[in-house]
Amino acid sequence: MARVVGAITTSHIPSIGGAIAKGRQLEPYWKPFFDGYAGAHRWLAEVRPDVAVVIYNDHGLNFFLDKMPTFAIGAAPEYRHADEGWGLPVSPPFAGDPELSWHLIDSLIADEFDLTTCQEMLVDHAFTVPMSLLWPGATTWPVKAIPVVVNTVQHPLPSPRRCFALGQAIGRAIETYDRDLKVVVIGTGGMSHQLDGTRAGFINKPFDQFCLEKLIDEPAALTRYSAMEIVELAGSQGVELLNLLAARGTLQGQVSQVHRNYHVPISNTATGVLVMANQPAIRESAA
Amino acid sequence: MDGSKPASDAKQPKIAGTPIFDGEAARKGYALNKMCFSFNSADNRAAFLRDEDAYCAKYGLTPAQRDAVRRRNVLDMIAAGGNIYYLAKLAGIFGLGVQDIGAQQTGMSVEAFKEKLAAAGR
Repeated sequence: MARVVGAITTSHIPSIGGAIAKGRQLEPYWKPFFDGYAGAHRWLAEVRPDVAVVIYNDHGLNFFLDKMPTFAIGAAPEYRHADEGWGLPVSPPFAGDPELSWHLIDSLIADEFDLTTCQEMLVDHAFTVPMSLLWPGATTWPVKAIPVVVNTVQHPLPSPRRCFALGQAIGRAIETYDRDLKVVVIGTGGMSHQLDGTRAGFINKPFDQFCLEKLIDEPAALTRYSAMEIVELAGSQGVELLNLLAARGTLQGQVSQVHRNYHVPISNTATGVLVMANQPAIRESAA
Repeated sequence: MDGSKPASDAKQPKIAGTPIFDGEAARKGYALNKMCFSFNSADNRAAFLRDEDAYCAKYGLTPAQRDAVRRRNVLDMIAAGGNIYYLAKLAGIFGLGVQDIGAQQTGMSVEAFKEKLAAAGR
């Protein structure tokens, strides 16, 4: 059976992609950020997942306001990045796993999560930047990937509780899949930041650190907020925390922290990376 | 309860300095956001730069949207329904990043805005 080996939450700021393309990882501004990924690289090299389910929000590459799904999932054999309009280099394509996608779709809709299914889908920086951070220098990706998109753009947004429950349903779906696959779930976005309005530049370090702590062992401390309360606490784009909560929700077993880094600022944003391992819960023997 | 509208997260008390891109903004800003969405294409970015008036007219910008774009004023674009993720594509045409946009909206120099961000991490 497939299993969820763990989850990684990471920021997805576009300028990171630019810094990678220009080889700036060792410059003083960037080094404390990029150094924070060594622990994730070690863990991935050890665990060697086969598939990455990437939970993120699209920023106007694949989806526009003409059709804005609250939750969407890719079911394509391949996902491509494309020009986003402000000069970020385009990533190499990502292989999908349509068979697993359709298993997830069947399972999630049976579980009453009525997602939009996408047999063609462009993936934006919120998908590509984390992949480049986690597998640096890859020209072909060592995992197949399945994108899951959460609307964090147009209010009303799904509630934190609902996003966490979606993650739980994805976790259950993966663990009923009849192929021997190791799946890592990647939740992207955050930490606190705000790009718009006179509060632009808002960062809330204590709240971010609270989130990183609670994501590990008490996600219920975060799902009790409304999406609007998270906007207030983390900034209007810091509400991408919803993606991180969904990723955390997929972990059904014993969750432990493998690695964590927090650094402020990159561009307008507080950055965080958190690696969580998922040890299978001890199940009652199926007598 | 006046019963005229369903209780909604988006109708909670406002957060100072924080525009909420809700259904009302999405309706008001549709033409502007649609134009900005078109800037994913390099050909469209070039067409905008060649003839900004014609390009804005093609997308049917409202007078307030057209004026805000003409003045490169981000707060006014947001007031006219612009969403920051789409507006960022317009800003990119002028070589402006999110820190330039942040500085403009907060009335700070870009250097002061960057320092404010750095200070938030200390």
